[in-house]
Amino acid sequence: MSPRSLSVLVIDENTLRAAIIEAGLREAGHEHVTVVHDVNGIAQRIAEIEPDVIVIDLENPNRDMLENMFNLSRAVRRPIAMFVDQSDQSAIEAAVDAGVSAYVVDGLRQERVKPIVDMAISRFNAYSKLARELEEAKSALENRKLVDRAKGILMRSKGISEEEAYTLLRRAAMNQNRKISEIAQSLILASGLLDE
Amino acid sequence: MSEHHITAGFLPLTDSAILVAAREKGFAASEGIDLTLVRETSWASIRDRIAVGHFEVAHMLAPMPIAANLGLTPMRLDLIAPLALGLGGNAVTVSNALWQAMEEAGAKGPDDPAAVGAALRKVIEDRQGQGSGRLRFGVVHPHSGHNFELRYWLAACGIDPERDVEITVVPPPLTADAMAAGRIDGFCVGEPWNSVAVAAGHARIATIKAAIWRSSPEKVLGVRADWAEAHSDTLARLLRALYRAAAWCGEAENHEELAAILSGEAYLGQPAKLLLGALDGRLETGGGIHRFADFFLAVEKAATFPWQSHALWFYSQMVRWGQVPHGEANAEKARASFRPDIYRAALGPLGAALPAASMKVEGALTAPTPVGATSGRLILGPDGFFDGAVFDPAELDSYIYGQRSAGAGD
Repeated sequence: MSPRSLSVLVIDENTLRAAIIEAGLREAGHEHVTVVHDVNGIAQRIAEIEPDVIVIDLENPNRDMLENMFNLSRAVRRPIAMFVDQSDQSAIEAAVDAGVSAYVVDGLRQERVKPIVDMAISRFNAYSKLARELEEAKSALENRKLVDRAKGILMRSKGISEEEAYTLLRRAAMNQNRKISEIAQSLILASGLLDE
Repeated sequence: MSEHHITAGFLPLTDSAILVAAREKGFAASEGIDLTLVRETSWASIRDRIAVGHFEVAHMLAPMPIAANLGLTPMRLDLIAPLALGLGGNAVTVSNALWQAMEEAGAKGPDDPAAVGAALRKVIEDRQGQGSGRLRFGVVHPHSGHNFELRYWLAACGIDPERDVEITVVPPPLTADAMAAGRIDGFCVGEPWNSVAVAAGHARIATIKAAIWRSSPEKVLGVRADWAEAHSDTLARLLRALYRAAAWCGEAENHEELAAILSGEAYLGQPAKLLLGALDGRLETGGGIHRFADFFLAVEKAATFPWQSHALWFYSQMVRWGQVPHGEANAEKARASFRPDIYRAALGPLGAALPAASMKVEGALTAPTPVGATSGRLILGPDGFFDGAVFDPAELDSYIYGQRSAGAGD
């Protein structure tokens, strides 16, 4: 008979990331997953949910409050300790690197908890990658807009075609060993100054 | 020149000043140290990131290394404190509503913690008579000077911190909001967060750390013990840089510049004007500007010296409030967490006046007093507790047994 599936509480103010973690845990067969975005009244929620594992963003400013609560709850209900088996330094490093912090009910065997924490780590990393890519896409779009504006300025001031304007920008970038978007930005700035 | 890289974690508090000045004013660079500062959001995060080697050193609550060495933290970690990051710097702030009730009960200026505490006790007794709920006070961490000085003050005023009030943990930057939302009635926190709450119109500074215990320890430089062992030269360089930075921070003429630096987005992200109060010891309490003696000391009175008597006092409070059982081995672990030997070895070459002793009787000095130093002239004190008690580290056992009854609400 397989042991009762663990109850997992995910505390994350970032709703998108929380959803990604929750989906990962559900796909892995964890039925009892609760997501909380706001730590107000968290003590009450924890008492209701009785989580076996709590996953929280390492950077959440309320971790000191949570840890204190876990300490105090020792007398009243099941104690909760951080997932840090001292023998598994690499797991700790992976978690901290990914920005994950996890707490488990004391006495729970590590092999039952590890897959959950590993899942959280991989989903945190996936989210960071996604956020980074989004940032890059946003900046690529910004750069394209800059180049388009610079081309327009050149076309108007020099009476040349779009293609010629682009060639000018590209040549300047190559000569000065700078990015074409940087050249475009300088040009827009300079033309703004001249207009004044 | 900069061949030694050190990354230090810090929390947005005015007493991160010495670390910040060491970087921004070039004291670290002139010791050949490339010092990177990383702002963190919780003490737990500082602990975790120093444990896995993201940080070599960090801005820490003075009791944190002691708690780690006593095995009280969730993560196995050996830390040392080879330097203190100043003395004082905290205040006890209460909501406007609570202050009004306390004022009606006789509370006056913030310099008299006994009178303020007596008024608070009366308010609490009245509430108990009316069947009102317990007042809630916020502190930043269970192993913090804030928790221990708040409890010390309450207990000495006849208020049982365990039964008469509720003490909860609130991160420093959230204290003002928590008070505005009515989730707490008061808090003990480092600057600038008292001033932030006062400026927002929610609160009143009731008393301050330096009035509860003059010249008392607050933050330290926490260092991973194994790193300190393996990099003693780099650490010595850092300690010299921090000492020089502390001397710079201690000069009144530098306070405006320091406040401007600390106000930067990467550091505290609060208006410089709000930060200047703590540096100058002139704070808006909510009832007008008040001049405080020794509100925050960066360098004066051996403010960076890691007194082992300070470590033992924190330990005595950990025992008092049930965080750790008292025993000879535990007391020794606590004492050895603070490392005046490393401090002296590093700073000796500077020719600074360093204390010759590693422990002192806390609360013994009622006036500024010249004391034995390795060289030059060193003035310590006053260092009294507001209730006149004295902590003699040589009499640790009797101090610990003597304070038990206070915690039991006698």
